[in-house]
Amino acid sequence: MALTKTQFGYRRHSDQDRAGANVAEHAIVVVGAGPVGLSLAIDLAQRGQAVVLLDDADRIGEGSRAICFSKRSLEFWDRLGIGQRMVDKGVVWSVGKIFHGDSQLYQFNLLPEEGHKRPAFINLQQFYAEAYLVDRVEELPEIDLRWRNKVTGLEPHNDHVVLTIQTPDGPYRLAAQYVVGCDGARSSLRQMVGAEFAGQVFEDQFLIADVKMTAAFPTERWFWFDPPFHAGRSALLHKQPDDIWRIDLQLNRFADPAVEKLPENVRPRIARMLGHDKFDFEWISLYKFQCRRMNKFIHGRVIFAGDAAHQVSPFGARGANSGLEDAENLAWKLDRVLKGISPEALLESYHIERSAAADENIRESTRSTDFMAPNSHQEARLRKAVLSLARETEFGKRMVNAGRLSTPSIYETPLSTADSDSWRGGPRPGASMPDAPVAGRSGEPMYLTDAFIGAGTGFTLLEFSNGAAPELPEGLGTIQVGGLGGLADSAGLAASRYDAEPGTTYLLRPDGYVAARFRHPTRATLDAALARAAGHN
Amino acid sequence: MALSTSSNFAKPDDAFRAIVEAHRGLNDEQSADLDAALVLILANHIGDLDVLKEAIALAARRMLDASQQQQQQQQQ
Repeated sequence: MALTKTQFGYRRHSDQDRAGANVAEHAIVVVGAGPVGLSLAIDLAQRGQAVVLLDDADRIGEGSRAICFSKRSLEFWDRLGIGQRMVDKGVVWSVGKIFHGDSQLYQFNLLPEEGHKRPAFINLQQFYAEAYLVDRVEELPEIDLRWRNKVTGLEPHNDHVVLTIQTPDGPYRLAAQYVVGCDGARSSLRQMVGAEFAGQVFEDQFLIADVKMTAAFPTERWFWFDPPFHAGRSALLHKQPDDIWRIDLQLNRFADPAVEKLPENVRPRIARMLGHDKFDFEWISLYKFQCRRMNKFIHGRVIFAGDAAHQVSPFGARGANSGLEDAENLAWKLDRVLKGISPEALLESYHIERSAAADENIRESTRSTDFMAPNSHQEARLRKAVLSLARETEFGKRMVNAGRLSTPSIYETPLSTADSDSWRGGPRPGASMPDAPVAGRSGEPMYLTDAFIGAGTGFTLLEFSNGAAPELPEGLGTIQVGGLGGLADSAGLAASRYDAEPGTTYLLRPDGYVAARFRHPTRATLDAALARAAGHN
Repeated sequence: MALSTSSNFAKPDDAFRAIVEAHRGLNDEQSADLDAALVLILANHIGDLDVLKEAIALAARRMLDASQQQQQQQQQ
């Protein structure tokens, strides 16, 4: 961590010098400088919004915590200008193996096809991700990041919120048109708005240890049911940068956390797993988890994102990644509403889309957890049957659930225009844009996701050229594939991934999700789809 | 497709017999293991979630009937 800045100083801000009712007014205050809050602030800043970002600490949290960042998250970070740095540092992986006892049951590849800019996943310690995000924040004058600013009071009004903030210099107040709570699972903002956060608590305990060692294991996700080194329970091994390995061991429900966490008790377990004890501990944490979400992600002018709004079990990498999807979903909507080019109702689609995604993530991760830690004798029996059938049958392998890894949700949303043409494939409205390799004007290799960034931060039309030049609504970015001056799709992958024929046109939202698609769009159909996607309906 | 509850075997006794014989010589625990595997294999063969759910509902009515009978007996 030598080259990574993780400690930051508190600095007094002139907002703190204001007295009484003369509070400073800001458009957006984001609370919590974790991956979600930082990414949201950057996205908003890149759209020209001034953002005050508050964090109660003055340093980046220790321990690896989240480690798996998805393709979708990397594509988002590419738009924020830091995707490459994450990938350069991260450990790229796409293969997972599942073992039962001492033999391999099966393996899966999360990205079996070529022609994507980003891999299925990288593993990267959360503190690196946060440090790189902070570096990017510091390049953006629109963001005012204030460390050791702890929100202690929240006063809602019809069109703004007044926050009371505690600092080393004492408290001050400031007003914001919108406040976004990205302050984690124990969100104090959530408590201040009085929102419930109910859900399922899992009794099983898991031990996470990050150990440092040099090992020749491949960069794959290895999961064991009932391994010889940890009888009757499950284990996970996963590589991170800097020769750090994440080990996750399921413990007895009744294990004493204080005892289990002691390095002298953890060490022999891991030595049995690795077959040696030449490793050092970086981080040990014992946890139980909960699956729950807020009923409403929007409380007047206070909006919630990430763990503050929803929590899942860690199997499936759905925590940080879903929080980042929240951020990319919210940023463009909040920007348009603040600029007055979309009605405030557009924000409601954030709740609709992301609460449904949270439900999906909770459903998936609950199923994984129940499979790993059966709740009854009969559940254990069914699992035993699946594991045993998996040795001989394909359907058995597919039923083994050792975590279904995060993929972006497909939104059922009022922003989408339903298909009216006939499609055999391609992303349907509400799905995120698939990537594909293309070549630029001078033949330089690039990807559709690069072209999307090049097309600007607004709505974008992806057109598969048919030689005609349709009249386009104003202010729309365009990506032309094929034709004169268009991107070359020599491998035909863009066309096949979008089920494209000459004239096929996709309307992409600023977050890269499909809003509408047409075989032969007219100005009128495009205008209508654009209005709907922007919340004017 | 709906769950078929008409008789599908030419010789239903043969089918019933085959299942009975599979359990011969097994203790309760082993029998339950066998049934669990059999249910999963047959469910996959059917490959239709709606049909599976109908079958589960039909089977689960036995539990309901049993508990109702018990209640009635207690009331008497």
